[in-house]
Amino acid sequence: MTATTDVTATTVPAAAAAPVPMARLTLVELRKLADTRAGMWLLIVIGLATVATSAILLGWADDSEITFTALYTFGLMPSAVLLPVLGILSVTSEWSQRTALATFTLVPARARVLLAKVAAGALIAVAATAATAILAAGANLIAPAVGGDGSWSVDSSLIWQSLLLQVIFVLMGNAFGALLLNTPLAIVIYFALPTVWSVLGGSIRALSDASKWLDLNVTSQAMTEADMTSGEWARLGVSVGVWVVLPLVLGAARVLRREVS
Amino acid sequence: MIAVENLTKTYGPQRAVDDVSFTCAPGTVTGFLGPNGAGKSTTLRMICGLTPPTSGRATVSGVPYRRLGNPGRHIGVLLDASAQHAGRTGREVLALAAITLGLDTARVPGLLARVGLDDRAAKRRVRAYSLGMRQRLGLAYAMIGDPAVLVLDEPANGLDPEGIHWMRGLLRGFADRGGTVLLSSHLLREVEVVADRLVVIGNGRILTQGDKEELLGAAGTMVRTTDPTALEDLLQRMGLTGTRSADGSVLVPSDPQTIGQAAAAAGVVLLELRPAGAGGLEEMFLRLTAGAEPEGANR
Repeated sequence: MTATTDVTATTVPAAAAAPVPMARLTLVELRKLADTRAGMWLLIVIGLATVATSAILLGWADDSEITFTALYTFGLMPSAVLLPVLGILSVTSEWSQRTALATFTLVPARARVLLAKVAAGALIAVAATAATAILAAGANLIAPAVGGDGSWSVDSSLIWQSLLLQVIFVLMGNAFGALLLNTPLAIVIYFALPTVWSVLGGSIRALSDASKWLDLNVTSQAMTEADMTSGEWARLGVSVGVWVVLPLVLGAARVLRREVS
Repeated sequence: MIAVENLTKTYGPQRAVDDVSFTCAPGTVTGFLGPNGAGKSTTLRMICGLTPPTSGRATVSGVPYRRLGNPGRHIGVLLDASAQHAGRTGREVLALAAITLGLDTARVPGLLARVGLDDRAAKRRVRAYSLGMRQRLGLAYAMIGDPAVLVLDEPANGLDPEGIHWMRGLLRGFADRGGTVLLSSHLLREVEVVADRLVVIGNGRILTQGDKEELLGAAGTMVRTTDPTALEDLLQRMGLTGTRSADGSVLVPSDPQTIGQAAAAAGVVLLELRPAGAGGLEEMFLRLTAGAEPEGANR
C-alpha cells in the first residue's frame, strides 16, 4: 500500500489521484436527470400535471375543500407517481444507453456514482415538494376569488411526512432500477409488483397481517395524514426496509459487480 | 505509461485473454493488433478497470486504474464511441465530463472545434451523429482532461480517409509531446503508419510484439525469379521455407544479401529482390492471426 502511494506521488498527478468529491458527482447526476429529451419531458409533464391539480381543485372542487392543505397534498400526486420513473431512468439508462462505460471510466468508484444518484434522487424529490408547496400557495391566493375557502392552516407534520414520502418513492425507483438494470422491466415491475402485493394482501386472509407491515401502499397511507403514531412509523420503517433498502442493497451489489461492456 | 502483466480473463472454459504482457512507454504509440474476437477489447477493458481480470494485473503509471480517484486527469479512454446517451447533445456529453473532472466547461467549445465538430454538430443530439462524428466526440471525451495517456479501441472505425489521416496526425503529435498511446485495430494498415511498437494478439494470446521497424525487418525478403523450381531447391538447401504469393513472388524469411549471394552462387536468375517491409508485415499478420496458433511465433 505504501509502495503504491509512493509511485502515485511521483508519476500520477495529484488531480488524478484524489477522488471526485461527492458534491460534484451529485451535481453531475442531477444534471443528467434533465439533460436528455426523456428526462426533460418527464419533468415538464410533472410540472404541467401539478399545475393541473390546482386548476382542477379551483375549478371543480367544493368551495369548502379549496384549502392550502388540499391543494398541496393533491398537488404532490403527479410527482409521487412520476418522479420515481426519473429515479429508475437515472440508474437503468447507464446500462440501456451504455453510458456506464464512459461514466465508470471517469469514476471507477461505482459505489460513489450510485450514492450520487441516490443523493440526486432525494434532492429532486425535495425540490419537487418545495415547488408544489409554492404552487399550492399561489393557487390558494386565487382561491377566495373563485369562492373557495382559502384556509392556510396546515399541520407541520404533514409537510415533513409528505416530503419524506416523496423521497422514499424516488429512492424506491433508484433501487428498482439498480436491481433490474433494464428500463422497461424496472418501470413495469415498479408499478405492478406493489399493486399485485396490495391486491393479494387485501384478498387473502392469511396475508392480511403481513401486509399491514409489508405493504408500502398501506403503511404510507398514514403519511398523508397529520401526526403519525409510533406504531405507524414502525410499520412504515419495515415496509421501506423491504421495498427500498433491500432492493437498493441488492441492486448496489449488482452494479458494483457487473462487467461493463 | 501502461504496464500489463500476465493478464488473463476466462469466461467459463474459454480463455478470452491468456497471459498477456506488454508495456507502453511515454512518447510512443503502441498498435494493439488482432482480428475481431482476439481479446483486444477485453484486454483494454481490464486495463481500464471495467472488467476484473481472472489473474494478472494492469497499471497506469504504476497504479491500478480503479485506484485512481479521478482518472480522466491522467488517462483518456475511448472504448466504444457508440456508448453515449442518444438523447444528449455532443456539447452536453463533454460538459458532463468536464464537471466530473473538476474542469471549467468553457473548454468544451474549443475541444469540439479541435476534433472537427462544428457549432451545429455540437448542438445536435448524439442520436443524429454518424459513427465518424461519434468517434470524434469520443476522442474529445478522452482528451478533455489533458491526459498523459490515451487508450483507444478501434478509433478509426467509421472515419473517412481524411478523418483517419487527421487522427493519425493528432495521435503522432500527442506521442511526440511525450504522451503514451495504446491504440487497437483489426487492420494493420490503420496503425502501421502511426505506431512505433506493435503488439499482435490472436485467440487471447500474444503472437508477437516489438518495435515496428524490427518487425518490418524481420518480415523477410520478397524474391521473384525466372525459375521457381531452382529457387525452391536453393531455399531447401539453405534450410528456409518460402511463402509463394499469387503473383509468383516468394516471401523468404531472410535478408536480401544472403538470398542474393546464394542465388548468384547457384546461378538462379532473380527478377526482384527487396525487403518485404509493410507488405511482409501484413503477410505475417495474416499468417499469425489466421491460424492464431502461438506456436512458432517469435517474441
